[in-house]
Amino acid sequence: MRPLSFLDRDRTVAGPGFSRWMVPPAALCVHLCIGQAYAFSVFNLPMTRLIGVGSSAPGDWKLTELGWIFTLAIVFLGVSAAVFGRWVEEGGPRRAMVAAAFCFGGGFLISAAGVRLHDIWIIYLGYGVLGGIGLGVGYISPVSTLIKWFPDRPGMATGMAIMGFGGGALIASPLSVWLMSRFATPTHVGVAETFVVLGLVYFAFMMVGAVIVRVPAPGWKPEGWTPPAHPPKLVTTANVYVYTALKTPQFWLIWWVLCLNVTAGIGVLGQASAMSQEMFPGKVSAIAAAGFVGLMSLFNMGGRFIWASVSDYLGRKNTYFCFFVLGTILYALVPSTGRLGSVGLFVLFFLIIISMYGGGFSTLPAYLRDMFGTRYVGAIHGLLLTAWSAAGIFGPVLVNYIRAYEIARGVPKADAYNLTMYLMAVLLVVGFFCNLFVRAVHGRHHMAAAQDEAVLAVE
Amino acid sequence: MSTPSLPRRTPVIQLVLAWAFVGIPLLWGVMQTLRNAMKLFH
Repeated sequence: MRPLSFLDRDRTVAGPGFSRWMVPPAALCVHLCIGQAYAFSVFNLPMTRLIGVGSSAPGDWKLTELGWIFTLAIVFLGVSAAVFGRWVEEGGPRRAMVAAAFCFGGGFLISAAGVRLHDIWIIYLGYGVLGGIGLGVGYISPVSTLIKWFPDRPGMATGMAIMGFGGGALIASPLSVWLMSRFATPTHVGVAETFVVLGLVYFAFMMVGAVIVRVPAPGWKPEGWTPPAHPPKLVTTANVYVYTALKTPQFWLIWWVLCLNVTAGIGVLGQASAMSQEMFPGKVSAIAAAGFVGLMSLFNMGGRFIWASVSDYLGRKNTYFCFFVLGTILYALVPSTGRLGSVGLFVLFFLIIISMYGGGFSTLPAYLRDMFGTRYVGAIHGLLLTAWSAAGIFGPVLVNYIRAYEIARGVPKADAYNLTMYLMAVLLVVGFFCNLFVRAVHGRHHMAAAQDEAVLAVE
Repeated sequence: MSTPSLPRRTPVIQLVLAWAFVGIPLLWGVMQTLRNAMKLFH
């Protein structure tokens, strides 16, 4: 018997009587950990004073250098999800979750060494590359497993896991600040020790998920549930092979749907604090702005579960129509809130927008399952996450550069975001049309039943 | 005469523990964020 055979897919097949409600906690064990990525910015300022401690010294790292750590992690999230998607899907969730735990936890430990040696390239390699691979592999694996366990409520199931990714930041941010305060001394900021603790804790937490996780036995169905005899036109009962999906227009249309929805949200997410203070000078203090960012995190997390669950009733295409129509209207109205001086409306509009940003992520796997079937949904989801990486570059660049351009041509700071808001509205209109053109995948792309069985037999 | 053995169902306590394991940290994170978010209204 091979030494690591307990990680194989066939060793994780659930026996009769296993409750599928054990699987969401397993998925959350991973997503609550990797969601830490959204809170990485809490380390930025402390890492600019590793030498100077009280304030930055000449040899200390600059924020621009540190910003690359998160960017690299998100790029490698997309790349690894795309490259390892098929390996994750065919090897089963336990193997993928263990690999993700080693990569993500290991990334922190390597980064701790980077902080100790004061070598930023070690951190790029540790958290950026290795941690990023852990993010990608860890992100897709539990999601595709949940889809298989909840054929009756795929949106709600994936919403639960991806909500965990949003929730991970809510835990990581105060936890990291608390740990740094415990390890800090008058001559030391305590980042390295915090990285070591987080690496070990996250590794252990993710391993618990890997132990709990199970895949359903072939042909398993929820008790009392029968697949609808006539599924909606946009919900397939066939499967599309991962690389065949790349040849379909549906894949690329949904790629743009995700990319545009994320671009519109991610740019303002990073700038929310500065934007609220600059659009309402004297009305929104730095402390209130921090509260606004916190509220946005909650809506980002809640939106992931609520919108994905709603999509089980509305349908995925209609849910994305909601995002694009409502998003366009709200973005177009944001400049008016500045002119009216209405902080309440500004906050309300952005909370709805950010809930739809989160909802875009969590509704996506179920949309892919409807289009391409359950067999390779994890791998296809992985390929599609490259849209997230692309949006991670487009969004902040658009917001930052347009604001700088507007200020350079003499526009007051309070109005410097107006053009960006209108541009975001236009991006969402484009997204609306991409979504509109999504049709059911043509039968010629479906895997033949014999081919499907052959794949299962090989596994 | 032996009766056919029933499939072993997942014990409720196992479900409660699994959900508590992820739910408690998540709840803590939400509470911390909510406390921070309240500053917006002060």
